[in-house]
Amino acid sequence: MATATSRLEAIDQTPPATEPPRQSVMHEWITTVDHKKIGIMYIVYALLFLVVAGFEAVLMRIQLLVPNNHFVSPQVFNRLFTMHGTTMVFFVGIPILFGFGNYLIPLMIGARDMAFPRLNAFSFWISAFGGVLLYLSYFAGSGLYGAGSAPDVGWFAYAPLTAKVFSPGHSTDYWTLGVLLSGVGTTGTAVNIVATTICMRCKGMTLTRMPLLVWLFLVVSCMVFVAVSPLTAAQVMLCIDRYLGGHFFDTQAGGSAVLWMHFFWIFGHPEVYILVLPAFAFINEIVPVFSRKAIFGYPAMVAASVGIGFVSLSVWAHHMFTVGMGPAGNTFFVFSTMVVSVPTGIKVFNWLATIWGGKVVYKVPMMFAAGFLFQFLIAGLTGIMLSAAPFDWQLSASYFVVAHFHYVLVGAILFSIFGAFYYWYPKMTGRMMSEKLGQWHFWLFLIGFHLTFDFMHVPGLLGMPRRIYTYEAGRGWEMWNMIVGIGALIQAIGMLIFVYNLINSYFRGEEAGPDPWDAWTLEWATSSPPPAYNFAVEPTVNSRRPLWDLKHPEDPDSSFE
Amino acid sequence: MMQTTAIPVHSNPEAEWALPNRGIVGMWCLISAEAAIFLIFVVAYLFYIGKSLSGPTPAQVLELPIFGTICLLSSSLTVHAAVSALRKGNGRRCSLALALTVLLGTIFLVTTALEWRHLIYDAGLTIKANLFGTTYYSLVGLHASHVIVGLILLLAALLFCLGGKVTEAHSERLEALSLYWHFVDGVWVVVFTVVYVLGR
Repeated sequence: MATATSRLEAIDQTPPATEPPRQSVMHEWITTVDHKKIGIMYIVYALLFLVVAGFEAVLMRIQLLVPNNHFVSPQVFNRLFTMHGTTMVFFVGIPILFGFGNYLIPLMIGARDMAFPRLNAFSFWISAFGGVLLYLSYFAGSGLYGAGSAPDVGWFAYAPLTAKVFSPGHSTDYWTLGVLLSGVGTTGTAVNIVATTICMRCKGMTLTRMPLLVWLFLVVSCMVFVAVSPLTAAQVMLCIDRYLGGHFFDTQAGGSAVLWMHFFWIFGHPEVYILVLPAFAFINEIVPVFSRKAIFGYPAMVAASVGIGFVSLSVWAHHMFTVGMGPAGNTFFVFSTMVVSVPTGIKVFNWLATIWGGKVVYKVPMMFAAGFLFQFLIAGLTGIMLSAAPFDWQLSASYFVVAHFHYVLVGAILFSIFGAFYYWYPKMTGRMMSEKLGQWHFWLFLIGFHLTFDFMHVPGLLGMPRRIYTYEAGRGWEMWNMIVGIGALIQAIGMLIFVYNLINSYFRGEEAGPDPWDAWTLEWATSSPPPAYNFAVEPTVNSRRPLWDLKHPEDPDSSFE
Repeated sequence: MMQTTAIPVHSNPEAEWALPNRGIVGMWCLISAEAAIFLIFVVAYLFYIGKSLSGPTPAQVLELPIFGTICLLSSSLTVHAAVSALRKGNGRRCSLALALTVLLGTIFLVTTALEWRHLIYDAGLTIKANLFGTTYYSLVGLHASHVIVGLILLLAALLFCLGGKVTEAHSERLEALSLYWHFVDGVWVVVFTVVYVLGR
């Protein structure tokens, strides 16, 4: 850094400031176009919504804890599951993943910022505004004249329930517009990520030397273009139906409710992969560093990611087996869904092969990565079960499905996000998170997770439908729902420890230094937290692990490429 | 909090390292996202052809907008001429070509407006009338709104050009804008085929 700083001073021709510019911290964060600050704002904003939507889940589990419960009213329950689903997908999942992407991609490819910094800020604020708009519905959902209410149409908002007749008031419009704005922000960030990855790489950072995280975000961003845009289009159609008297989804005028299903799931299924690929990306960085080995099968990993990206665009109608698409349609979507498991399996084997024979260091990020591997496997297995149409006819819209997709979203994606927090927190704040609290968090969350979601499969197999407000005693569902509810409370405690750890470590954590994990990618070459300009001098890389080359000049990776 | 030490990353001058222009890559990304939006509207239009429960039908009321189409498609040629003029550093030719593009685009919008006026007042086709009305106005309207955005951007470029602020250095930016305009024209070819040829 010493040489780099002196070089920077030699270049810097700015006259010394006579008076430091007076800016409040608030002003600085609101007007910032720095990818690191925007990344952190994405993450903080998503964490706030994670707590809110998690709280909604806990309320639902309390309601279902015992039969014939009246903890919340049926109307409130409908709003809870709608808000929980919408918030978790659009205002937790996407922003938290794009937050990490925003922070890490320029650092990892040796760039000073994203390709379009102002577009970056715009995308963040428009997404954040979408989230605020969604929650404003609690106060303004019925307009100024009535008591407010949140949307209650479910997170996939099937027609004709969303028609003006069946959903009067404005709560559904808050849902539509909130999600639409989030889509605009997501597309903006995706444009930025692709342009950054293609045009801003430092010298020597060829596509085959990019960290796998960057590769996966590139694939995800390309998927955003073709997957999120259909939802934007469908939301515009819904607005036309509700406000201009259009008939897109109006069955009385010849419109089709099934068309909405198709349009929604053309977005909705690739969306699952848009969320899970960044989770893979974090695992791709964590597993090699804590196994002290280079990633196994880099080209296969890239090929598998691109393969998942393509195949996932043609599986959407497996959400619609019960609609009656006919044998040809069903067969196609059964087959394409099963094909997705091939590239995914390749990835799992590559992670295992990376760990195999490595000197594994079980720090908290690696513990979460190990949890991810195990749970993602099980989530994939129930996924293959549900992809068989006859099996799906039996269990569609039951708690088995809910258990399956929460296994993916919580067991795989949330676990890898937790891993990412423990891994990159030192880089973002300059301080380590507490290892001890991290272990408490891991074990509590692991136990709570398995209590909740392992046992949630059972009431599904016993015929308990999703989204029911309450149930009669004597159907054999009581014990399972009780266990599920207790698990949810344990997860909530784990989550509280995590939030406490985040806040406490910021003030009292151990100083991290630039490279606490002895890692190999470029972000660890900067100080912690990195300066606003990231790199004083543009770095040059000669291999996939530039920092390994620096630390081991006698045995650099570049001599094996 | 902030650390002052870091592992130095040495930079050694090497062979040439050229990457594509970010504006053009960004525009291609935007175009693919927009194409997906149009695709959904086109699918909805095709799906609902002949499914309206009441009139008027496309065959009764639609006429081929030949003149507007010719204007819009030739504006692709003029915007291309503007870019290549700017690349050669010819600011006046660039302004002229941009002005022509704006003019042709505006003529297209006027023909669409007249067509809508005819449909609404004479033929009684509104967005509420039937499925044809809903899908027709959404698809053609979505395209027209893109034409409006393109015209605003082209007009801004034209004003900068006339103010003498645009030089060869800006040719890649103008090229990104021209890509968008070519896309809008390309979409019209699809919309024209779907609405006026297949749908009638």
